[in-house]
Amino acid sequence: MFVEVNKNNFEAEVLNASVPVLADFNADWCGPCRMLKPILDEVSETRKDWKFVSINIDEEEELAEKYEISAIPCLVVFKNGAEFTRSVGLLPREDLEALLDA
Amino acid sequence: MTAAAEKHMYDIIIVGAGPAGLTAAIYARRASKQVLVLEAASYGGQIINTPSIENYPAAMRISGVDFATGIYNQAKELGAEIRFEKVVGLRDNGEEKIVVTRKNEYTARAVILATGSENRKLGLENEAALVGRGVSYCATCDGAFFRNKTVAVVGGGNTALEDALYLADLAETVYLIHRRDAFRGEDATAERLKARENVRFVYNSTVTKLNAGKRLESIEVTDKDGAVSTLAVSGLFIAVGRIPENQSFAGVIPLDEAGYAVAGEDCRTGVPGVFVAGDNRTKAVRQLVTAAADGAVAATAAVQYISELA
Repeated sequence: MFVEVNKNNFEAEVLNASVPVLADFNADWCGPCRMLKPILDEVSETRKDWKFVSINIDEEEELAEKYEISAIPCLVVFKNGAEFTRSVGLLPREDLEALLDA
Repeated sequence: MTAAAEKHMYDIIIVGAGPAGLTAAIYARRASKQVLVLEAASYGGQIINTPSIENYPAAMRISGVDFATGIYNQAKELGAEIRFEKVVGLRDNGEEKIVVTRKNEYTARAVILATGSENRKLGLENEAALVGRGVSYCATCDGAFFRNKTVAVVGGGNTALEDALYLADLAETVYLIHRRDAFRGEDATAERLKARENVRFVYNSTVTKLNAGKRLESIEVTDKDGAVSTLAVSGLFIAVGRIPENQSFAGVIPLDEAGYAVAGEDCRTGVPGVFVAGDNRTKAVRQLVTAAADGAVAATAAVQYISELA
């Protein structure tokens, strides 16, 4: 389950979340983002201890700028209200799981 | 959970969600077979790296990602189950095939191996980053972008010779760089190449560095005596072989010395119920359209095999 996040609910959904958050910065025109989506969907089904959020960088320029997103897909892991790690580009499921376990 | 539910038997498991595997899924689903597709990376296979496909019938111009997304959506809509798990083994128990992934085991009556192959890399530092920005592994795919430019081909086999010949018609100058002084490829092709005025041969040399700004600008070439020179090129076509991804199936199906699954145009491996489709099969033409064709042939053969089991 993905939560669509914008600048109004970012703090509540991501920074104040009680569980770790994987934020998928993406855009409609981005091919690799589309290819990553089914992999993210599959992993999100098995990792109920995480929250998965999606941020459209065209609609949320402020958030994209704040987190210095210069290439997408960009996956940012947030823990306890702060960025913990990130990964840019399409990646296989195992690497995605490794990112969560980092 | 009952034991029967735990050990679900699919009709067909397809390994690999590239054009061959997804086309097989489409055909198998249209024959009402229960299908599981297992993919190690993302759907689409190597075609996703092609910016523009211009040789697929009826699609005048389409990006590799759009093409891949199209077949993926088609297979999904027809009801194929697709999971992102890396397959590491195959066990043949006669009428039951067991496909082993890093985390699970799946059982099917028939298996189609459509794992494809990957380009052998030179192993240079910024090689991966320059793919699509001057570095290419496919002259027929990307050659047209280098019309009237200077390019280099590296390799000494048939593919390298044919790539150089193809590029000689388009590019201003083609350097052919080979680590030895004789080609592995066919003499006839080498002779045709030597007759071309715009082809320069660089023997006993290897490419040791890629110099680039936003795009590839030049390459450093080192000969066997250690002498270093720089060639200004806008394109580097790497043709040093391919690695079929059949390692997990060695011992179950016959592979040739280069690692390709030995099968004819009927996509049969010789092991009943195990079929192979696409670039990891022994074949003459490895193109998008032949990968899709293999998918159709293999799925049809698998469906027929299953009907004969019953």
